[in-house]
Amino acid sequence: MTAAPVGLVSRRQNRASLASWLLAGVGLVAAITVVSVLIGPSSIPAGSALREVIDRLTPGTVDSELSTIQKSIVWDIRFPRILLGLLVGGLLASSGAAYQGVFRNPLADPYLLGIAAGAGFGATLMIVTGLGDGQGILDPVRIAAFAGALVAVALTYTVGVLGDRNRSTVSLILAGVAVASFFTALQTFVQQADSATISRVYLWILGSLTTSGWSEVGALAPYAAFTIVTLSMLSRQMDLLGVGDEEATSLGLNVRRTRLAIIVIASLATAAAVAVSGLIAFVGLIIPHTVRLLAGSSYRVIVPVSFLFGAAFLMGCDLIARNAMSPAEIPIGVVTAFFGAPFFILILRTTKMH
Amino acid sequence: MDDELMPNEVHTRSAIGCSNLSVSFGDTAVLAGVSLNVPTGQWLSIIGPNGAGKSTLLRALVGLGNYSGEVTRFGQTIAGTTARDRAKQVAFVPQTQIIPPGMPVLDYVLLGRNPWMSSLARESASDLTIAEASLIGVDALHLAHRLMDELSGGERQRVVVARAIAQEAPLLLLDEPNTSLDIGHQQELLELIDERRRAVSLTVIMTLHDLSLAGQYADRLVLMNRGAIVADGTAADVLQPDLLTEVYQANVQILTGEDGEILVVPRRRPCSPIEPIPNQATPNQATANQPLPN
Repeated sequence: MTAAPVGLVSRRQNRASLASWLLAGVGLVAAITVVSVLIGPSSIPAGSALREVIDRLTPGTVDSELSTIQKSIVWDIRFPRILLGLLVGGLLASSGAAYQGVFRNPLADPYLLGIAAGAGFGATLMIVTGLGDGQGILDPVRIAAFAGALVAVALTYTVGVLGDRNRSTVSLILAGVAVASFFTALQTFVQQADSATISRVYLWILGSLTTSGWSEVGALAPYAAFTIVTLSMLSRQMDLLGVGDEEATSLGLNVRRTRLAIIVIASLATAAAVAVSGLIAFVGLIIPHTVRLLAGSSYRVIVPVSFLFGAAFLMGCDLIARNAMSPAEIPIGVVTAFFGAPFFILILRTTKMH
Repeated sequence: MDDELMPNEVHTRSAIGCSNLSVSFGDTAVLAGVSLNVPTGQWLSIIGPNGAGKSTLLRALVGLGNYSGEVTRFGQTIAGTTARDRAKQVAFVPQTQIIPPGMPVLDYVLLGRNPWMSSLARESASDLTIAEASLIGVDALHLAHRLMDELSGGERQRVVVARAIAQEAPLLLLDEPNTSLDIGHQQELLELIDERRRAVSLTVIMTLHDLSLAGQYADRLVLMNRGAIVADGTAADVLQPDLLTEVYQANVQILTGEDGEILVVPRRRPCSPIEPIPNQATPNQATANQPLPN
């Protein structure tokens, strides 16, 4: 066989492309991290803030010459919030990528199966009944949001699979629409019953990266690690799902089990992110889509690169949310949509659609 | 399982078969108790009018769809086997494929290696070599770096066949592989499949609409109508004018080519000459504006 190693060159090119996009993502995340440490509403000299972070990461190397309060602002308020943006943005974008792969639909997002509505209902219930104050990692608002998200997605899956012998993705999506409407109705009913808490409910829905020390970052980090590893491992299967259920089956893939595994992982990731930071819109939709337009159609690239780009995007948006109208804070969901939508249109117009 | 065979049974050993296979969509029976056995190395073409159940039979043989009855491969039922085990035995080319947007040709062919890879593994160098060899086999190596959705219909169909070849299954099942190909590309594709079959002793089953091509390439034809097999044999047995007229409601003539091949040629039904329409050159202005009668 005269198999000239054309393909070997091509695969190496693919790997080089993945590596260079990962490098670009890491660089972007690092750059925004540095800028975010430097800039903040409280007047701390930029150089000192950076030195403080370096000192904390490698104790004893530099002295930031900051007061104890300033040190605490940098290390216990500013830095965990930056990392929270990284984790939430990465989780939302990579699970959005997974949903788009599972549903073969570039318009799928992490909230497709009712997660947002379920979490919204859970959180609203706790806020209205006054059981939680939205602070602390084990606050009832967060636990109820997490539980509501998982109940909603489990309900969607059950209804969607029971309702269709062929277990097509269409019936799942329709079940998601129905479940989301149902939970939104419940949420609205509970919300309007108590006018005193409407603004708090509203703020929760718009999303926020407010932290109480390091607890949020600590709680979310294991989810992020688990999600990025497992979804990356399943990215070859996402490529296989691209040829449709029937062809993927004939190529030896257990479509139902693969889809369920990906949905479970992505839903857990989304529920965790939403429980901590509310319903931040747009990240899970536009980041994977943008990565697909820039870096190609293989989920082996889209999944990990989406995590990094989603992280960078949300960190950048939070930078704006904290500083644009300082000392007031713009809800993060407003910023993601305000900058995300035009950016997305720009990407669509300047990139050759395959 | 007892795998011992008598020497004279080797050549007639069933590669794939089904017994009493039935498929219904609602109350409509699409397949009504079909039984079939295809020996190793045979090329079987399934013919029949639209809605006869050809594709449904083929898909059931692949293991797709909801069917009752039994499908066997190399004498063993496929019930209870995994998708992966089935894919190692049967490569399937569906009539219309879903092409993922932006997927390079080489990546697409590599999808065929999935049954041989462990779930979390990536393609090895040998998978890549097999994918390349498959592309060479369909004369499409030069397309390796192109994107699937940028190919012409003929190129694309060859690459889909390359993906099936890369699957390295002893059975190759194709559903109307000639749809949307011109006559030259139809012949080219069938020749490629025949070459492959001779090279690695594939068993080939395909559904085809073109009866002349079906007769020329296949060892055996199965004619289906209304979910049942109505004729089974060589081209000369099955391509009978009366039978085709009855099953297809078609007017055909059966010719014999220079090499003895059977050619099925459609013929227009005789019709009366068109009566000249009076006043055709000067249409009446008053009636021209009238609404047309339905």
